[in-house]
Amino acid sequence: MASENHSHEEHHTNYMTIFWWLLALTILEVLAGIPAASPSYPQILKATVLVGFAVVKAALVALYFMHLKFEKSALGYIALIPFVLCVFVVLMVLPDF
Amino acid sequence: MSEAASVSHAVEPAETPLTPESWGKLGMWVFLAGDAMSFGTLLAGYALLRGSSENWPIPIDVLGINLTAFMTFLLIVSSVTMVKGLDAIKNGDSKGLVKFLSFTILGGLIFLGLQAYEWTHLIQSGLLVSENPHGDGLFGATFYAITGFHGLHVTGGVIYLSFIAFRANAGKYSSTNWNQVEIVGLYWHFVDLVWILVFTFIYLL
Repeated sequence: MASENHSHEEHHTNYMTIFWWLLALTILEVLAGIPAASPSYPQILKATVLVGFAVVKAALVALYFMHLKFEKSALGYIALIPFVLCVFVVLMVLPDF
Repeated sequence: MSEAASVSHAVEPAETPLTPESWGKLGMWVFLAGDAMSFGTLLAGYALLRGSSENWPIPIDVLGINLTAFMTFLLIVSSVTMVKGLDAIKNGDSKGLVKFLSFTILGGLIFLGLQAYEWTHLIQSGLLVSENPHGDGLFGATFYAITGFHGLHVTGGVIYLSFIAFRANAGKYSSTNWNQVEIVGLYWHFVDLVWILVFTFIYLL
């Protein structure tokens, strides 16, 4: 097969599986996002749950649709740098609050 | 001869060790890392402005959720049609590539139409860049800046995809030549990925 020239070609992702995961996670995320924060559902819990869903969904897109899982790991570090920096940007100013 | 040796030494290696398929793919990844930084700082700025505000509205009350949840669904579907298109051309099916690229473009266009509808509705409700009847005025400014910046990316993506679809239709790609299709796909999935984050941080949180 000609495709054997491309080593990452061997990993065959079932894209529909990823699609159903993304869809299910989006539905769960919306359900977690609709109720207003309250004493029994504090904002910090709500934020943690929602950010957790978002990170998992973003990782699914990057790893499988963008193929990052099957690339050289150094490419993954390039992709991770902006996220690390942005978390740093927020943490850096938190002491002012 | 020594001159020739020194010349060949000065030439860049033909392959990048990170993405052996092409330099273009590495170029797109580096661009996307920079672009992620733009979105990241916008979202970080949003978080800090919201954190320091006394009367930030609850976004879901102002923005609604049904339409944008559907827009999220739409972008996820368009990512799937994008990978299906790449799969098609890897198997030498250039008609399939054109078909799936067209679906992807259609998804992007519907997304833009819905965003225009949403913005119109919000502007009529009084939410402006400098005015917000529901609380802090910066809510409107940050909302329009971030969703607008993303919308521009979708617009750019639709143009970029159309260009690739046009070339695909002219038979420029094959089972051994699909690098440009993979690269446009990276851009499009990134736009989808960013929307997943925007949807969470701007609409749901």
